[in-house]
Amino acid sequence: MRHLIIGSGPAGVIAAETLRKADPAAEITMLCGEGEPPYSRMAIPYLLRGNIEEAGTHLRKGADHYQRLRIELVQARAQSVDTASRTVSLGPGKSLPYDRLLIATGSRPSLERLPGIDLPGVRSCWTLDDARAILAKARPGTRIVQMGAGFVGCIIMEGLLSRGVDLTILVRSGYMVRRMMNPTASGLLRRWCEAKGVKILTHTQPQGITLEGGVLQVALPDGRTLPADIYLSAVGVDPNLEFLAGSGIELGQGVLVDAAMQSSMPGVYAAGDVAEATDCLTGKRQLNAIQPNAVDQGRIAALNMAGRPARFKGSLVFNVLTTLGLVSSSFGEWQGIPGGESTELLDEARYRYLNLQFDGDRLVGANSVGFSDHVGALRGLIEGRVRLGVWKQRLMEDPTQIMQAFLAAAYSVA
Amino acid sequence: MQKSLHIDPNKCTGCLQCEMACAWENYRTFTIAKSRIKVFSFHHEGRFVPYTCTQCDEAWCMTACPVDAIQLDPVTGAKIVLEPTCVGCKVCTIACPFGTINYVAQTGKVQKCDLCDGAPACAKACPTAAITYVDADWTGLDKMRQWAGKTDTNPATV
Amino acid sequence: MAWTKNVLRVNLETGSCTTEPLNMEWAQDYLGQRGLATKYLVSETDPKVDPFSPKNKMIFVTGPLTGTMAATGGRYSVVTKGPLTGAIACSNSGGYFGAELKFAGWDMVIFEGASAKPVYLLITDGKAELLDASHLWGKTVWETEATIKKYHQDPQIRVAAIGRAGENRVLYAAIVNDLHRAAGRSGVGAVMGSKNLKAVAVRGTRTDAYHLADPEAFFAATEAGKKVLAANGVTGQGLPTYGTQVLMNVINELGALPTRNHRDIQFEGAMAIGGEAMHEKRPTDGKANLITNGACFGCTIACGRISRMDPGHFSIKDKPQYKGASGGVEYEAAWALGAANGVSDLEALTYANFLCNEDGFDPISFGATVGAAMELYELGLLTKEEIGFELPFGSTEGMVRLAELTAVGEGFGKVIGLGSKRLCTKYGRPDLSMTVKSQEFPAYDGRGLQGMGLAYATSNRGACHLRGYMVSPEVLGIPMKMEPQATEGKPAMLKAFQDLTAVVDSSGLCLFTTFAWGLSDIQPQIQAACEGDWSEERLLLVGERIWNMEREYNLGAGLTGKDDNLPPRLMKEPAKTGPQKGAVSKLDIMLPEYYQVRGWTPEGVPTAETRMRLGV
Repeated sequence: MRHLIIGSGPAGVIAAETLRKADPAAEITMLCGEGEPPYSRMAIPYLLRGNIEEAGTHLRKGADHYQRLRIELVQARAQSVDTASRTVSLGPGKSLPYDRLLIATGSRPSLERLPGIDLPGVRSCWTLDDARAILAKARPGTRIVQMGAGFVGCIIMEGLLSRGVDLTILVRSGYMVRRMMNPTASGLLRRWCEAKGVKILTHTQPQGITLEGGVLQVALPDGRTLPADIYLSAVGVDPNLEFLAGSGIELGQGVLVDAAMQSSMPGVYAAGDVAEATDCLTGKRQLNAIQPNAVDQGRIAALNMAGRPARFKGSLVFNVLTTLGLVSSSFGEWQGIPGGESTELLDEARYRYLNLQFDGDRLVGANSVGFSDHVGALRGLIEGRVRLGVWKQRLMEDPTQIMQAFLAAAYSVA
Repeated sequence: MQKSLHIDPNKCTGCLQCEMACAWENYRTFTIAKSRIKVFSFHHEGRFVPYTCTQCDEAWCMTACPVDAIQLDPVTGAKIVLEPTCVGCKVCTIACPFGTINYVAQTGKVQKCDLCDGAPACAKACPTAAITYVDADWTGLDKMRQWAGKTDTNPATV
Repeated sequence: MAWTKNVLRVNLETGSCTTEPLNMEWAQDYLGQRGLATKYLVSETDPKVDPFSPKNKMIFVTGPLTGTMAATGGRYSVVTKGPLTGAIACSNSGGYFGAELKFAGWDMVIFEGASAKPVYLLITDGKAELLDASHLWGKTVWETEATIKKYHQDPQIRVAAIGRAGENRVLYAAIVNDLHRAAGRSGVGAVMGSKNLKAVAVRGTRTDAYHLADPEAFFAATEAGKKVLAANGVTGQGLPTYGTQVLMNVINELGALPTRNHRDIQFEGAMAIGGEAMHEKRPTDGKANLITNGACFGCTIACGRISRMDPGHFSIKDKPQYKGASGGVEYEAAWALGAANGVSDLEALTYANFLCNEDGFDPISFGATVGAAMELYELGLLTKEEIGFELPFGSTEGMVRLAELTAVGEGFGKVIGLGSKRLCTKYGRPDLSMTVKSQEFPAYDGRGLQGMGLAYATSNRGACHLRGYMVSPEVLGIPMKMEPQATEGKPAMLKAFQDLTAVVDSSGLCLFTTFAWGLSDIQPQIQAACEGDWSEERLLLVGERIWNMEREYNLGAGLTGKDDNLPPRLMKEPAKTGPQKGAVSKLDIMLPEYYQVRGWTPEGVPTAETRMRLGV
């Protein structure tokens, strides 16, 4: 059996390792599209901060890890997929055959439609290569104008500030991390960042970028221009699926998959950022570009590829974000659901916030800022669809009791 | 026979000797905030529940770690955080549906129970045998694992 | 080491919180907790100060073994001048608060002045801030703790607070931490209330708060100590099973259970309110009052009672907050709320005890004051009109109503909140107040147990069983059996107990360990934790020094040897029943000898020689 995995992020690597365990005799090939060993984007913020070397970002640390598991790494990008002949084209004259294919190509930064977006000095912060470029240029006093304050925009701030740069952040909407945090939580994050010396301009979308005398000039809607040595574009991500055009694989926002992580085309699977799987709470299919989701899906896909039926029970949207040292998290339906109930606690002076969302006596979502102990239990409660019984009301009164509620409701220990 | 921690909340008095022992084992301090085992108090019910990682087979933390900083100890079955490798991204802390791996701001790393290389300090310190280290097949941990099996998230395991 | 060597000084008037190094010279002379804080208090305040004056200071203090793995190493004390007695007040509490204070990096917190408006102190490791507590004023201890933890979104915060009793300056108001552990006696909560300080909230996460002098020796000593506690019948079995309530029937049968304001010395209802009764299933709901035993921080004994009331009991109809589990009655509380009033309804006692915890007042002084009020009522000196209801001995409803009124400071509760001495004086019979230095007796009759009578009379904080527990030799035979009615050797034994107790109270350990531990068990634990020489001889000297320092403070406050007395009832009215029938206190025989073994003058003043020997 020949297994081909396109993409060497967490979904791809876990899939390859799971395949090796489940099918010791199989051939396993993994395409790496960036000319790098499999690495983790999650580690890039820590590389920027100087906490780790580049090797510290590698998904697996042993030099012979893939060799030992007989996982062949091929440095190439998939150009197209021919599902009839079961081959993946790697460019003119180069293709690889497969019996089972996993599409784990992840996502890439969304491109801003903006005059000057192709100028030198305009960057994303997504790949190792991006990180190298930023590290080469970021010095004390370096002016960075960053467009976007989503997950990526926030998590890289600490690394940038640690270089002593002068950071200005432009936010198109009224608030930061709006796909993950409610306005209250977002407001706390903003105050926190501003207190640490970051300039944040909300409701601001640049009109264009020009290069004058080696300095970028970012034109703002109010007529002002901001000089910048680096313009960082961090306005979200899109799945990498252009190469699937014409393959016959059914696409929505991503590759549409069933509970076995299989696409509309038999033998072709998808996992991670690129896969559009069913959400465990809404039952709707959607993209879910988070690390734990990628590894879960990679494992499920691999088991099915190896002929061991396994079902993905639906993805849960959850994330943890550290913004200049302030930890925040979001889970599930943090915006709440129609007819649901919610409770929240806010200590503005100490940057602490906790918001829980309920559907009847089940927890369906949560937002937290500055509250990080045992937050995993929130996942347990939400994903397990645990009936809280009397603990629902107790959580309404004091949401900090989540661990007690979890132990009592899920384990019946109290 | 692999061993695991067996917790009997009925015997717990809430003295927190286990928490101090854990903190001492790992940080040479009695400051219980650093403990990896936590005794949760249910005042209304008059109950104390010690709780820590069950070293579950699914190992959500280990699989979710983006930098391979959590590894399996083949002898004890514990999932162990390699501190030098951990970057402190906290993905494991939200991936673990049990809430038993946590971020330590002071070190910038996460921590979880590692079974103290097969001699858990908490069990040794417990004066009432509420925490014991016993052969895995008859522990109450199975109950917890069964619960994990009941959730909607449980993937088939290899 | 084992000290953090940091003192937090909080000026409530200016709102400043400052750090200063612990006076290590004093630490070497007074060890910690009770001794060390008293040294600070006597050095910084005038003993004649009005306890409610901003010039009075209040000190929260830990010991070197607080927050360690030493069994019971979780104690803290509150030291101030007491409003009930006008003497030194030093109230010791367990729970988790003390250890947390230590983990935050503090040996003690000294409160000075008084705040203009209600505040609470939030300590997060090295950071201390006074925060507005106007929203907490008028709230119970339970509401206060929940509100603070919730607001700061940290269930691990530990809170010591006053309830409405402290706000209203009930003279025996307590400071309650962890919902049902209390610095209970002498009115330290009222001093806190007078300072407009509602609560102290602590979160300690420091790993470098303090260090052990010799970790290896420390673990050897503490593990040996734990084995001794586990093997001992009292600390290994009696206390975990029955709590201090193990004593109720023992003391009653011995004829030393003060009953109905000490009119009697045995209580016919003892069986119904003792430790065994708490285990029995109620006929009403088929459940026992006791749910489980609970421990304070680090305690391998776990004597604490966790109780749940009969949900159908008259006292808690439509009061859901009392239907869950909470701290149940300990022996002293069961006695004071029960035997002292002739009340034998365990559920009612539990309810009153909950109220004492919820609003922060001492069940011993409260219950004893109710007993005095009942006697005044039966004598016709107090009327139904004044009280608002009938109050004969044995009135369960009356006791319960007074607990509710005292908690909130309404009606006759205001008078009950003054304590027995002021109550009886107000109604013309000060002789009926069962107090020493205006503080109510606990649960042992000084006629039935002669040594306890002497202990009460000489206790530095007014009548108290925790300053020299002569019950140990007189009842339990620890360290040797002494007959209850004997006087011989008791002054010397009491001195030894008082000095040893001062050491234990200064160490961070719980006094209850001394049912099993002698100084030779405790000494190696202190020695391994602390730098310096802590031989047994030196520790006893420290204990004696502390005792004399407290005595000097009281003398300075205006108390004299004449205050080392017992009420006329104990001196003149013979015990009516039981093995001690006919007994009166022989204090007049023992006191002079006590002064002598203390190295005091016949007037009860430490001689120049004693002062010099102890360096006081």
